[in-house]
Amino acid sequence: MGIDRRKFFKVSGLTALGLAGGSVSKVFSSEDSLGTVAPVRPEGPLTAQRWAMVIDLRKCHEHADCNDCVTACHTTHNVPKWENPKDEVKWIWKESFEHAFHDQEHPYQQESLKHLPALVLCNHCDNPPCVRVCPTGATWKREKDGIVMMDWHRCIGCRYCVVACPYGSRSFNWRDPRPKIQKIQPDYPTRSRGVVEKCTFCDERLARGMLPACVEACKYGAMHFGDLEDPNSNVRELLSERYTIRRKPGLGTNPEVYYIV
Amino acid sequence: MLEKALVGDKRYWTWVISLMAVIGIATLFYLRQYSEGLGVTGLGRDVTWGFYIAQFTFLVGVAASAVMVVLPYYLHDYKAFAKITILGEFLAISAVTMCMTFIFVDMGQPFRIVNVFLYPSPTSMMFWDTVSLSGYMVLNIIISHVTLGAEKQGIAPPKWIKPVIILSIPWAVSIHTVTAFLYAGLGARPFWMTAILAPRFLASAFAAGPALLILFCLILRKVTKFDAGREPVQTLAKIVTYAMAVNVFFVLMEVFTAVYSGIPEHLEHFKFMFLGLEGNSMMAPWMWVSSILAVVSLILLLNPKARRNESWLVVACIAVFMSLWIDKGMALIVTGFVPSVLGAVPTYVPTVTELMISLGIYALGLLMVTVLYKIALSVRGQWVSKKIVETQRSPVKAGS
Ligand code: SF4
Ligand code: SF4
Repeated sequence: MGIDRRKFFKVSGLTALGLAGGSVSKVFSSEDSLGTVAPVRPEGPLTAQRWAMVIDLRKCHEHADCNDCVTACHTTHNVPKWENPKDEVKWIWKESFEHAFHDQEHPYQQESLKHLPALVLCNHCDNPPCVRVCPTGATWKREKDGIVMMDWHRCIGCRYCVVACPYGSRSFNWRDPRPKIQKIQPDYPTRSRGVVEKCTFCDERLARGMLPACVEACKYGAMHFGDLEDPNSNVRELLSERYTIRRKPGLGTNPEVYYIV
Repeated sequence: MLEKALVGDKRYWTWVISLMAVIGIATLFYLRQYSEGLGVTGLGRDVTWGFYIAQFTFLVGVAASAVMVVLPYYLHDYKAFAKITILGEFLAISAVTMCMTFIFVDMGQPFRIVNVFLYPSPTSMMFWDTVSLSGYMVLNIIISHVTLGAEKQGIAPPKWIKPVIILSIPWAVSIHTVTAFLYAGLGARPFWMTAILAPRFLASAFAAGPALLILFCLILRKVTKFDAGREPVQTLAKIVTYAMAVNVFFVLMEVFTAVYSGIPEHLEHFKFMFLGLEGNSMMAPWMWVSSILAVVSLILLLNPKARRNESWLVVACIAVFMSLWIDKGMALIVTGFVPSVLGAVPTYVPTVTELMISLGIYALGLLMVTVLYKIALSVRGQWVSKKIVETQRSPVKAGS
């Protein structure tokens, strides 16, 4: 079942290319003006050997009340909005620095770091414990580009992956999410209750040649997305020039979201 | 043999029907949970597993503990356990059924459980747990069916069953080991990431299971003609004593490692469990009760005079069972989530729905134990209830 669906995604991705041509060039040019050139191929899907993200927290701090990336992601992906924090579903959100970087915080830290939030999302770990524990293969690491994917039709809702993820990146649908979606986007599936979901680095947009919704929405150039295997990519350039950290590096999960602090 | 469960006196039926009523009510609660989603439980983003998974873990232990009667009887030819081995096996079957039901009610998409078999994932400990639990269930059904069938016909069980029984011994150890591996291999949860988790699981299982079996034997002596005899009960009591002592020793080793090293990610969980963290001390009173019960039970059990006195033994067995139930059935799972991976201190209290569904599953287990024990004792002509015997009616054979 899941395999068929994946195939279907590929096919629909390809057919969508024709339709998405226009927006691709728009993305391309807007990215260009920020100087964070991702390997965009206007006429095809965006591909990489290993997708990775670099988030510049200083830029986020300069614009602390900006929430554009979160809104863009959650509206694009039909993420419900629950009032009760225990039912919450989120793909990308702001977490306090001391929570996001639990092991790197100390009481005398720069005030800006202490109180200002850090953007967190699934790290698309290179060695993902969530994938290791899943009893059905409903979550898996895509070999071609390292994205950790989710199949909502195969997931049995055991939540073992939620327990195994050291970053709290996964959300379970404790209740039917549909009534809580502010405006349903018809071109993206909604989920049913009882399954787990999370960020997928916008695999559906990459297939149409578009950058992830959050990266595209960021007006301040705080989010960079590119190929880690390409030595000339934007992310490799940033990683070699700036001091960057990752969340809980000691666990050996190899997170592929890097932070400039 | 099942027909033996369908005849019985009034007391038997009152008990069976009460259990069925509890199961019926619990089913209604489950239907509500099924239609609204697991949001009706106290679980949430931070505490993702709770009461259901904890009961599952505790009951895997009860199931595994059957090995404590099977091993001495079949491997060491310890004849005193001849009468109670079948009780251990039937308890195991009922406990595994409860385990599976607890897993079922904890699933977000319960009817997709077949996916575990359709897409076998050997890297997942949950896959192995499913394999080992189902295998254990099948082994115990075969063994109890064949041995009891032979007993009914008054013949020796067939030779081929012996290797199956021998296989069930390491298999029992495996179910609880793999269940510990569900938790012990997760870098995200330092509280469980300890090599002693599996040994500790086994020790507590080998204390709680036989303690329950002692209680069952004594209850059966009261309400039926079946008398396990003094020796097997006393031997079981010794097993409970050793296992409980080892379990407490293991717990103390964990506490030492966490406290002496002072590494926050280990220490904080223990702080939450015994003292409370950031004002959240919901677990502390329970853990103190559990600890006190453990000490009380050890004092009673280690003292041969108290252990040999059956009234004190009952107290000790109840203390052991309650202490370990709190430890494994309440604290162990929830504490793994407090503090959360992000360092938050969430609260989790099971809801009425959750508790009612759990109660229903326990009722289901008790119903199975009742029916299976009735079958076993009827085959031996020992079921006749005490009342009938005492009033000197003609000794009717086995409730038939
Ligand atoms: S961040 Fe969590 S959900 Fe994402 S790949 Fe890593 S372990 Fe899996
Ligand atoms: S909740 Fe779904 S994705 Fe997560 S481990 Fe279970 S089956 Fe796999």
